[in-house]
Amino acid sequence: MNLTINGEARTLPPLPHLAALVSELGLDPRKVAVERNLEIVPRSAYDRTPVADGDRIEIVHFIGGG
Amino acid sequence: MDDASQRPAGVEDTWTVAGRTFTSRLIIGTGKYKDYATNAAAAEAAGAEIVTVAIRRVNLSDPSQPMLVDHVKPDRFTFLPNTAGCFTGEDAVRTLRLAREAGGWNLVKLEVLSNTKHLLPDMEETLRALKLLIADGFEVMVYCSDDPVYAQKLEEAGAAAIMPLGAPIGSGRGIQNMLNLGLIIEQAKVPVLVDAGVGTASDAAVAMELGCDAVLMNTAIAEARDPILMASAMRHAVLAGRQAYLAGRMPKRMYADPSSPLSGLI
Repeated sequence: MNLTINGEARTLPPLPHLAALVSELGLDPRKVAVERNLEIVPRSAYDRTPVADGDRIEIVHFIGGG
Repeated sequence: MDDASQRPAGVEDTWTVAGRTFTSRLIIGTGKYKDYATNAAAAEAAGAEIVTVAIRRVNLSDPSQPMLVDHVKPDRFTFLPNTAGCFTGEDAVRTLRLAREAGGWNLVKLEVLSNTKHLLPDMEETLRALKLLIADGFEVMVYCSDDPVYAQKLEEAGAAAIMPLGAPIGSGRGIQNMLNLGLIIEQAKVPVLVDAGVGTASDAAVAMELGCDAVLMNTAIAEARDPILMASAMRHAVLAGRQAYLAGRMPKRMYADPSSPLSGLI
Protein backbone atom coordinates (compact mmCIF):
# COMPACT_ATOMS: atom_id res chain seq x y z
CA MET A 1 0.00 0.00 0.00
CA ASN A 2 1.40 3.38 -1.03
CA LEU A 3 0.76 6.33 1.25
CA THR A 4 2.07 9.87 1.53
CA ILE A 5 2.81 10.45 5.19
CA ASN A 6 3.97 13.92 6.25
CA GLY A 7 4.87 14.65 2.66
CA GLU A 8 7.00 11.50 2.21
CA ALA A 9 6.05 8.58 -0.03
CA ARG A 10 5.92 5.37 2.02
CA THR A 11 5.16 1.78 1.07
CA LEU A 12 3.55 -0.22 3.85
CA PRO A 13 1.82 -3.58 4.18
CA PRO A 14 -1.99 -3.38 3.96
CA LEU A 15 -3.42 -1.99 7.20
CA PRO A 16 -6.98 -2.39 8.48
CA HIS A 17 -7.36 1.10 9.94
CA LEU A 18 -5.63 4.27 11.09
CA ALA A 19 -4.95 2.87 14.58
CA ALA A 20 -2.84 0.13 12.96
CA LEU A 21 -0.94 2.72 10.93
CA VAL A 22 -0.12 4.84 13.99
CA SER A 23 1.05 1.70 15.77
CA GLU A 24 3.07 0.53 12.72
CA LEU A 25 4.89 3.88 12.75
CA GLY A 26 5.80 3.45 16.42
CA LEU A 27 3.76 6.44 17.62
CA ASP A 28 1.73 6.88 20.79
CA PRO A 29 -1.81 7.75 19.62
CA ARG A 30 -2.39 9.85 22.77
CA LYS A 31 0.36 12.27 21.74
CA VAL A 32 -0.47 12.94 18.09
CA ALA A 33 -3.21 14.30 15.88
CA VAL A 34 -3.93 12.84 12.45
CA GLU A 35 -5.31 14.26 9.23
CA ARG A 36 -6.40 11.90 6.45
CA ASN A 37 -6.79 13.56 3.05
CA LEU A 38 -7.06 16.98 4.73
CA GLU A 39 -9.76 15.85 7.19
CA ILE A 40 -8.97 15.59 10.89
CA VAL A 41 -9.70 12.17 12.30
CA PRO A 42 -10.85 12.19 15.94
CA ARG A 43 -8.66 9.98 18.11
CA SER A 44 -11.71 7.95 19.10
CA ALA A 45 -12.25 7.03 15.44
CA TYR A 46 -8.75 5.73 14.58
CA ASP A 47 -9.83 2.09 14.83
CA ARG A 48 -12.76 2.54 12.49
CA THR A 49 -11.11 4.82 9.91
CA PRO A 50 -9.81 2.86 6.90
CA VAL A 51 -6.47 3.56 5.27
CA ALA A 52 -6.56 3.32 1.49
CA ASP A 53 -3.89 3.24 -1.19
CA GLY A 54 -2.97 6.79 -2.21
CA ASP A 55 -4.10 8.40 1.05
CA ARG A 56 -2.32 11.54 2.15
CA ILE A 57 -1.75 11.37 5.90
CA GLU A 58 -0.46 14.11 8.19
CA ILE A 59 0.60 13.20 11.72
CA VAL A 60 1.51 16.08 14.03
CA HIS A 61 2.36 16.63 17.67
CA PHE A 62 3.21 19.44 20.05
CA ILE A 63 6.75 20.77 20.01
CA GLY A 64 8.40 23.76 21.64
CA GLY A 65 7.26 27.14 20.35
CA GLY A 66 6.74 30.73 21.40
CA MET B 1 -7.57 45.74 31.20
CA ASP B 2 -9.04 44.56 34.50
CA ASP B 3 -10.17 46.57 37.49
CA ALA B 4 -7.75 44.97 39.94
CA SER B 5 -6.59 48.39 41.09
CA GLN B 6 -9.99 48.76 42.73
CA ARG B 7 -10.06 45.36 44.39
CA PRO B 8 -10.26 45.22 48.19
CA ALA B 9 -7.07 44.43 50.12
CA GLY B 10 -6.45 40.77 50.79
CA VAL B 11 -8.21 39.51 47.66
CA GLU B 12 -5.91 37.41 45.48
CA ASP B 13 -4.68 39.24 42.40
CA THR B 14 -5.81 37.05 39.52
CA TRP B 15 -6.63 37.61 35.88
CA THR B 16 -9.16 35.85 33.69
CA VAL B 17 -9.11 35.04 29.98
CA ALA B 18 -11.99 33.27 28.22
CA GLY B 19 -13.46 32.24 31.58
CA ARG B 20 -10.22 30.70 32.88
CA THR B 21 -8.62 32.36 35.90
CA PHE B 22 -4.87 32.44 36.51
CA THR B 23 -2.61 33.71 39.28
CA SER B 24 0.65 33.86 37.32
CA ARG B 25 0.96 36.79 34.94
CA LEU B 26 3.95 35.29 33.14
CA ILE B 27 3.33 33.04 30.13
CA ILE B 28 6.40 31.40 28.69
CA GLY B 29 7.20 29.86 25.34
CA THR B 30 8.74 26.43 24.91
CA GLY B 31 10.98 27.10 21.89
CA LYS B 32 14.75 27.48 21.59
CA TYR B 33 15.66 25.67 24.83
CA LYS B 34 18.68 23.39 24.78
CA ASP B 35 16.41 20.53 25.83
CA TYR B 36 12.92 19.93 27.18
CA ALA B 37 14.21 19.26 30.72
CA THR B 38 15.69 22.80 30.91
CA ASN B 39 12.46 24.10 29.48
CA ALA B 40 10.40 22.37 32.17
CA ALA B 41 12.71 23.65 34.92
CA ALA B 42 12.44 27.19 33.54
CA ALA B 43 8.65 26.96 33.46
CA GLU B 44 8.67 25.96 37.13
CA ALA B 45 11.13 28.74 38.05
CA ALA B 46 8.95 31.24 36.17
CA GLY B 47 5.92 30.14 38.16
CA ALA B 48 4.13 29.89 34.81
CA GLU B 49 0.67 28.39 34.57
CA ILE B 50 0.40 28.73 30.78
CA VAL B 51 2.97 27.74 28.16
CA THR B 52 2.78 28.30 24.43
CA VAL B 53 3.40 25.32 22.16
CA ALA B 54 3.71 24.79 18.41
CA ILE B 55 2.30 21.99 16.28
CA ARG B 56 4.53 20.25 13.73
CA ARG B 57 4.86 17.00 11.83
CA VAL B 58 6.21 14.09 13.91
CA ASN B 59 9.65 12.80 12.99
CA LEU B 60 8.82 9.47 11.35
CA SER B 61 12.45 8.44 11.03
CA ASP B 62 12.90 8.53 14.81
CA PRO B 63 9.60 8.16 16.68
CA SER B 64 11.47 7.60 19.95
CA GLN B 65 12.96 11.13 20.07
CA PRO B 66 12.07 13.21 23.18
CA MET B 67 8.57 14.67 23.16
CA LEU B 68 7.56 17.98 24.70
CA VAL B 69 4.57 16.48 26.53
CA ASP B 70 6.83 14.04 28.38
CA HIS B 71 8.65 16.95 30.05
CA VAL B 72 6.36 19.98 30.03
CA LYS B 73 3.26 18.12 31.00
CA PRO B 74 -0.21 19.18 29.88
CA ASP B 75 -1.68 18.23 33.27
CA ARG B 76 0.72 20.70 34.95
CA PHE B 77 0.49 23.63 32.51
CA THR B 78 -2.28 25.03 30.36
CA PHE B 79 -1.07 24.56 26.79
CA LEU B 80 -1.64 27.52 24.51
CA PRO B 81 -1.15 26.19 20.95
CA ASN B 82 0.15 28.78 18.51
CA THR B 83 0.02 29.25 14.76
CA ALA B 84 3.68 30.14 14.33
CA GLY B 85 4.73 29.69 10.72
CA CYS B 86 1.24 30.36 9.37
CA PHE B 87 0.90 33.09 6.76
CA THR B 88 -2.80 32.71 5.92
CA GLY B 89 -6.04 32.36 7.86
CA GLU B 90 -6.66 28.93 6.36
CA ASP B 91 -3.23 27.67 7.53
CA ALA B 92 -3.99 28.97 11.02
CA VAL B 93 -7.39 27.27 11.18
CA ARG B 94 -5.97 23.96 9.93
CA THR B 95 -3.10 24.07 12.44
CA LEU B 96 -5.31 24.88 15.42
CA ARG B 97 -7.91 22.26 14.51
CA LEU B 98 -5.10 19.71 14.68
CA ALA B 99 -3.92 21.20 17.99
CA ARG B 100 -7.45 20.95 19.36
CA GLU B 101 -7.56 17.28 18.38
CA ALA B 102 -4.09 16.61 19.82
CA GLY B 103 -4.84 18.24 23.14
CA GLY B 104 -8.48 19.02 23.45
CA TRP B 105 -8.10 22.74 24.12
CA ASN B 106 -9.91 25.53 22.38
CA LEU B 107 -7.95 28.42 23.94
CA VAL B 108 -5.32 29.28 21.34
CA LYS B 109 -2.78 31.89 20.31
CA LEU B 110 -3.23 33.28 16.82
CA GLU B 111 -0.26 34.73 15.02
CA VAL B 112 -0.26 35.36 11.29
CA LEU B 113 3.07 36.72 10.18
CA SER B 114 3.99 38.74 7.15
CA ASN B 115 7.57 37.84 6.35
CA THR B 116 10.42 35.91 7.88
CA LYS B 117 12.81 38.85 8.25
CA HIS B 118 10.96 40.94 10.83
CA LEU B 119 8.15 38.49 11.72
CA LEU B 120 5.75 41.38 12.17
CA PRO B 121 2.09 40.40 12.14
CA ASP B 122 0.00 40.71 8.99
CA MET B 123 -2.93 42.46 10.67
CA GLU B 124 -5.40 42.25 7.79
CA GLU B 125 -4.91 38.48 7.57
CA THR B 126 -4.82 38.17 11.38
CA LEU B 127 -8.24 39.79 11.65
CA ARG B 128 -9.62 37.53 8.90
CA ALA B 129 -8.14 34.42 10.60
CA LEU B 130 -9.59 35.51 13.95
CA LYS B 131 -13.10 35.57 12.48
CA LEU B 132 -12.60 32.09 10.94
CA LEU B 133 -11.38 30.69 14.28
CA ILE B 134 -14.19 32.23 16.32
CA ALA B 135 -16.73 30.78 13.85
CA ASP B 136 -15.07 27.40 14.47
CA GLY B 137 -15.52 27.64 18.25
CA PHE B 138 -12.03 28.72 19.31
CA GLU B 139 -11.22 31.25 22.01
CA VAL B 140 -8.43 33.28 20.58
CA MET B 141 -5.61 35.27 22.14
CA VAL B 142 -4.27 37.38 19.31
CA TYR B 143 -0.66 38.37 18.67
CA CYS B 144 -0.80 41.77 17.01
CA SER B 145 1.03 44.95 16.16
CA ASP B 146 1.02 47.77 18.72
CA ASP B 147 -1.67 49.59 16.73
CA PRO B 148 -4.60 50.69 18.93
CA VAL B 149 -6.92 50.87 15.89
CA TYR B 150 -6.35 47.24 14.90
CA ALA B 151 -6.43 46.20 18.58
CA GLN B 152 -9.93 47.65 18.77
CA LYS B 153 -10.98 45.79 15.61
CA LEU B 154 -9.69 42.51 17.05
CA GLU B 155 -11.62 43.08 20.25
CA GLU B 156 -14.81 43.91 18.34
CA ALA B 157 -14.37 40.71 16.32
CA GLY B 158 -14.33 38.72 19.58
CA ALA B 159 -10.68 38.26 20.55
CA ALA B 160 -10.31 36.73 24.05
CA ALA B 161 -7.12 38.71 24.62
CA ILE B 162 -5.09 41.32 22.76
CA MET B 163 -1.35 40.59 22.63
CA PRO B 164 0.62 43.45 21.09
CA LEU B 165 4.34 43.08 20.51
CA GLY B 166 6.79 45.12 22.54
CA ALA B 167 9.38 44.65 19.76
CA PRO B 168 9.89 42.03 17.00
CA ILE B 169 9.88 38.36 18.05
CA GLY B 170 13.23 37.25 19.42
CA SER B 171 14.75 40.74 19.15
CA GLY B 172 15.00 41.37 22.90
CA ARG B 173 14.73 45.11 22.36
CA GLY B 174 12.13 45.83 25.05
CA ILE B 175 9.01 47.96 24.84
CA GLN B 176 9.42 50.18 21.77
CA ASN B 177 6.16 52.12 21.89
CA MET B 178 4.87 52.75 25.39
CA LEU B 179 2.43 55.37 24.14
CA ASN B 180 0.61 52.94 21.84
CA LEU B 181 0.63 50.17 24.43
CA GLY B 182 -0.86 52.59 26.94
CA LEU B 183 -3.64 53.46 24.50
CA ILE B 184 -4.35 49.78 23.82
CA ILE B 185 -4.47 48.99 27.55
CA GLU B 186 -6.71 51.96 28.28
CA GLN B 187 -9.33 51.08 25.67
CA ALA B 188 -9.37 47.27 26.00
CA LYS B 189 -12.09 45.41 27.90
CA VAL B 190 -10.34 42.06 27.41
CA PRO B 191 -6.90 41.20 28.83
CA VAL B 192 -3.88 42.84 27.19
CA LEU B 193 -0.57 40.97 27.18
CA VAL B 194 2.76 42.13 25.85
CA ASP B 195 3.88 39.28 23.62
CA ALA B 196 7.36 39.41 22.08
CA GLY B 197 10.24 41.82 22.45
CA VAL B 198 11.06 41.41 26.14
CA GLY B 199 14.83 41.06 26.52
CA THR B 200 15.47 41.28 30.24
CA ALA B 201 13.67 41.63 33.55
CA SER B 202 13.26 45.42 33.45
CA ASP B 203 11.38 45.13 30.12
CA ALA B 204 8.84 42.83 31.75
CA ALA B 205 8.48 45.21 34.69
CA VAL B 206 7.86 48.13 32.31
CA ALA B 207 5.13 46.17 30.51
CA MET B 208 3.41 45.39 33.80
CA GLU B 209 3.79 48.96 35.11
CA LEU B 210 1.94 50.14 32.00
CA GLY B 211 -1.00 48.06 33.19
CA CYS B 212 -0.74 44.92 31.07
CA ASP B 213 -2.57 41.92 32.48
CA ALA B 214 0.33 39.57 31.73
CA VAL B 215 3.51 39.16 29.69
CA LEU B 216 4.38 36.40 27.23
CA MET B 217 8.02 35.67 26.47
CA ASN B 218 10.25 32.94 25.10
CA THR B 219 13.69 33.97 23.83
CA ALA B 220 14.52 36.23 26.80
CA ILE B 221 14.50 33.14 29.02
CA ALA B 222 15.58 30.46 26.56
CA GLU B 223 18.63 32.37 25.30
CA ALA B 224 19.80 33.67 28.69
CA ARG B 225 23.12 32.22 29.82
CA ASP B 226 21.23 30.67 32.76
CA PRO B 227 17.63 30.19 31.59
CA ILE B 228 16.37 28.94 34.95
CA LEU B 229 17.77 31.94 36.84
CA MET B 230 16.36 34.30 34.19
CA ALA B 231 12.97 32.60 34.53
CA SER B 232 13.09 33.38 38.24
CA ALA B 233 14.14 36.98 37.48
CA MET B 234 11.18 37.34 35.11
CA ARG B 235 8.80 35.99 37.73
CA HIS B 236 9.97 38.67 40.16
CA ALA B 237 9.97 41.41 37.50
CA VAL B 238 6.39 40.67 36.47
CA LEU B 239 5.31 40.67 40.11
CA ALA B 240 7.26 43.88 40.84
CA GLY B 241 5.77 45.63 37.81
CA ARG B 242 2.29 44.48 38.71
CA GLN B 243 2.60 45.67 42.31
CA ALA B 244 4.04 49.01 41.17
CA TYR B 245 1.06 49.42 38.81
CA LEU B 246 -1.39 48.62 41.60
CA ALA B 247 0.47 50.85 44.06
CA GLY B 248 0.33 53.84 41.71
CA ARG B 249 3.63 55.53 40.99
CA MET B 250 4.59 59.01 42.19
CA PRO B 251 4.34 61.89 39.72
CA LYS B 252 7.37 62.80 37.64
CA ARG B 253 8.67 66.31 38.37
CA MET B 254 10.98 68.65 36.55
CA TYR B 255 12.87 69.67 39.70
CA ALA B 256 14.05 68.10 42.94
CA ASP B 257 11.74 67.81 45.92
CA PRO B 258 13.59 67.25 49.21
CA SER B 259 12.75 64.19 51.25
CA SER B 260 13.96 65.81 54.51
CA PRO B 261 12.07 68.89 55.73
CA LEU B 262 13.79 72.21 55.03
CA SER B 263 12.25 73.80 58.13
CA GLY B 264 13.86 73.50 61.58
CA LEU B 265 17.40 73.48 60.21
CA ILE B 266 20.04 74.44 62.80
